[in-house]
Amino acid sequence: MDTFVQQLINGLNVGAIYALIALGYTMVYGILRLINFAHGDVYMVGAFAGYFIALSLGLAAGPSLLSLTFILVASMIIAAIVGMLIERFAYRPVRKYSRMTTLIMAIGVSLLIENLFVARIGAAPRAFPDFLGSQSQPPYHLFGNAAISKAQIIIFLVSIALMLLLQWIVFRTKVGTAMRAVSFNLNSAKLMGINTDAIISLTFAIGSALAAAGGVLTAQYNPNIDPLMGILTGLKAFVAAVLGGIGNIPGAVLGGLLIGAAETFVVGYGYHIGIASTYRDAVAFAILILVLLLRPSGLLGSTVQEKV
Amino acid sequence: MKRTLFALFLITTLLIGFACERRGNGANGGGTGPILVGYYGDLSGRTSSFGQSTKNGVEMAADEINKAGGINGRTVQIITEDDQGEPNKAATVVTKLINQDKVQALLGEVASSNSLAAAPKAQEAKVPMISPSSTNPAVTQVGDYIFRVCFIDPFQGEVMAKFSANNLKAKRAAILYDFNSDYSRGLYQFFKRSFTSLGGQIVSEQSYTQGDRDFSGQLTAIRAVNPDVIYVPGYYGEVGVISNQTKQLGIKAPLLGGDGWDAPQLWQLGGASLNGNYISNHYSVDDPSPAIQKFVADYKARYNILPDALAALGYDSMKVLGDAIKRAGSTENTKLRDAIAQTKDFPGVTGKISIDKDRNAVKPAVVLKLENSKFVYETTIYPEGATPPVTSAAPASGTTTAGPAGAAAPAKAASPTN
Repeated sequence: MDTFVQQLINGLNVGAIYALIALGYTMVYGILRLINFAHGDVYMVGAFAGYFIALSLGLAAGPSLLSLTFILVASMIIAAIVGMLIERFAYRPVRKYSRMTTLIMAIGVSLLIENLFVARIGAAPRAFPDFLGSQSQPPYHLFGNAAISKAQIIIFLVSIALMLLLQWIVFRTKVGTAMRAVSFNLNSAKLMGINTDAIISLTFAIGSALAAAGGVLTAQYNPNIDPLMGILTGLKAFVAAVLGGIGNIPGAVLGGLLIGAAETFVVGYGYHIGIASTYRDAVAFAILILVLLLRPSGLLGSTVQEKV
Repeated sequence: MKRTLFALFLITTLLIGFACERRGNGANGGGTGPILVGYYGDLSGRTSSFGQSTKNGVEMAADEINKAGGINGRTVQIITEDDQGEPNKAATVVTKLINQDKVQALLGEVASSNSLAAAPKAQEAKVPMISPSSTNPAVTQVGDYIFRVCFIDPFQGEVMAKFSANNLKAKRAAILYDFNSDYSRGLYQFFKRSFTSLGGQIVSEQSYTQGDRDFSGQLTAIRAVNPDVIYVPGYYGEVGVISNQTKQLGIKAPLLGGDGWDAPQLWQLGGASLNGNYISNHYSVDDPSPAIQKFVADYKARYNILPDALAALGYDSMKVLGDAIKRAGSTENTKLRDAIAQTKDFPGVTGKISIDKDRNAVKPAVVLKLENSKFVYETTIYPEGATPPVTSAAPASGTTTAGPAGAAAPAKAASPTN
């Protein structure tokens, strides 16, 4: 029993990060019908922004919740700017062409960011500073053997807070209303006097900031960061967005948590039924194929569309 | 990306085809110019710490040889190629070194998968190759031109199995290994065989793949069966994180590893969570023997960092090669091959090196304990049949193979000369 609870905690922990990234995929898709393949790399950029800020300000010296908060906010801002720049200089100029052009552009941007980072700082993994003292501190015990570490608690709390904040922005603010309007129909929204370029830019900014938060948070649990860390994680977050119903915000969160849990259970229990833990990644993509075959609109993305 | 690589690979292979034509009657022996030695390793990929350390060791050895007047009047020139830690690239750069640069011998790689990809090229061209630190047995089985100056995985796996069973008194071991690495899979098999033959039980076998970021699923499954020790024969990038997550799950059993852990980055990734774990390795910087301390001091003066085992092996591989060229009196490939094969009791930094009939080095391994960002010498374990030397190179002489738990005690020797 405690093993099961533990695996659930592990799975939801991974899933929360997927969910944060999946939100960016789903928001951009909702508004532009674009799969922003560079999004996984924005997640990586966020993690590295946090890493370099911490190094240059000498914040890595000791564990501190305040430093972590500062790093988190700073890297979210940097990633938001990166996201807006990508949109402004790569996607906006080709937006008037076919959707395929934008998609190819997205793949190009993704490879460009990855290879720029590899060329500039090398592919070797780097260690993100440990702000929570999780390397030396024992975890909190729930019951039996089930334990939850400080890093995991922070990941859960911050991602829930960010998701609620996003929900509030989208449904309770003027910009949110504008975002929803743009997602329903870009041209009509423009006719209604909405500055659609600004709204699209803002959508990229919010999505990128969430991904960066995912990058910094996950680095507290897993300090290993490298320029290619966004590829697989980004793809799985994309699968999560599709599973939940792409364009659907609660769907992205649900998809993320499900993929995270599914992966962890494959690893944790798969060997009982002869599935090695190395099948973890295969399972995520098998889910993608199944969803596309059985329910192309995803779990929550059916008739009522909450596209943003 | 992959495509481009493949295209590049095709083009290189074609070019090589032409180059080979010319090679046939090209004299690669005798000569009076510098002796060209090709070094290939991972200088920019995921295991670049390995390649860099080895390169440092190789270059330092070459400089020492040149300063002492070279070999038979000829200087040694190292030509370095980066394979980015990818087997395909390793094969490509080795072909380049052989055909374009016309090197007379090759040094490399660290990772067994990369050595295995490159060795057939060296064998085909009959250019002697010495791997400083690839421990998978298959590497030297490629052919009679392939050698190594380190021990092999059956022994390294056996060392940790013996250490767990005899010194740590472990009865139940769990294993977490890297599914795609020849090195890790090899160690996993040999540890398992050896540990069960010593009466131990393997209670859980889990795997991961290089680049994985979350290991909590595997570790929770391992925690559920409550092992005494957990064997993690991986590379430092993943191991640092595994150690961290082990502590976050409240697992108290120590992690055991191999020489793949030995990199400065390990400490940044794992920090304090690494304390209390053990690895098997090729040598210890704590070793008080004058030869080793001179090497450590020279290396530190030159690179401003303590040499890890890979640097020491890189150094030894160049020195063994130099010694063989000297004895052969030429760099003619068959003579050089035979001279390397006849290496006996060469006094290396990583122990006395003798090449056996399978072209592997026979030598003892050390077990190091991880404590406060340092590898602290714990004990030395000798190969089966080999008697520990009377004047042991290691600090704790008398700590033998099957020594009881108490044997580990007198070890905690001299602190490193930082």
